[in-house]
Amino acid sequence: MDSVVLLQRQLVDYTAQLFNEGFLDDQFNQLQQLQDESNPDFVVEVVTLFFEDSERLLNELAKALEQQSIDYRKIDAHVHQLKGSSSSIGAQRVQKVCIAFRNYCEERNIEGCQKCLQQVKNEYSLVKTKLETLFKLEQQVLAAGGSIPWPM
Amino acid sequence: MANSFSSSCSPSMKFDFDEKPHVLAADDNLIDRKVIERLFINSTCKVTTTENGKRVLEYLGLADGQHPNHNDLKVNLIITDYSMPGMTGYELLKRIKESPTMKEIPVVVVSSENIPTRINQCMQGGAQEFLLKPLRLSDATKLRCHIKKLNNPLQGGFAGEDDHA
Repeated sequence: MDSVVLLQRQLVDYTAQLFNEGFLDDQFNQLQQLQDESNPDFVVEVVTLFFEDSERLLNELAKALEQQSIDYRKIDAHVHQLKGSSSSIGAQRVQKVCIAFRNYCEERNIEGCQKCLQQVKNEYSLVKTKLETLFKLEQQVLAAGGSIPWPM
Repeated sequence: MANSFSSSCSPSMKFDFDEKPHVLAADDNLIDRKVIERLFINSTCKVTTTENGKRVLEYLGLADGQHPNHNDLKVNLIITDYSMPGMTGYELLKRIKESPTMKEIPVVVVSSENIPTRINQCMQGGAQEFLLKPLRLSDATKLRCHIKKLNNPLQGGFAGEDDHA
């Protein structure tokens, strides 16, 4: 019983940290609220879709910025998608970089765009690692016979 | 279809499968489609998602070359993203409002961008409402109440009266 409480505490603390550091915002809570017994894996499913979609978009962005003649509209379209999906799952820091990225697109500023691509890749990588850790902690709580204390 | 709802709109009301409102949603973003689907299924609606305006028109039988078939079709609400490739949410809205058979279906436009001219344009174009993304559970609950009111003439309800958000 103690180990369950400990694991739950770990999960709660880790989650709070992610919110405090701005990795996640309230939209993530909204997703948690949509999860229930009939849909116990909803959050993991949506976040997994986000990972797959983001990786595809980041590849497209890298390719687009390597071209001889830069198609800013195409880049903007990709960033718009990434901004949308990161916003929908509450990945706040990724979303913020996307906003700056779009501004550089509008200015047709190649250096700004390249800088943002690097930044968004970093932020994506960070939030991916943290969410994977979060899901692992959840699994540990469940495996120990505990329940997930959402929403927090 | 007879409506036998009581006059309150509480989340604990249960509906037969046949009486669940049908929401048709258009969004080119895969993650957003999944979230919209879950938001409305959790608000006791049936949901069909599509990825663009053209698909919505095809579904409604309004695409070029189609004859509208409203025999079996029941759509109680259309939710469309504003920015979609091919046809914007506004253009979709106009097409629906121009259709004699489909114009009564409420259309809600959603967007991640808060642009007043865009909002005005959609409201002038006949949108039921314009919401900012990301959508939340309270948005779905509110829209669910509106659908119910619009479907029940005894309510005489108009969107925006009772806000239980």
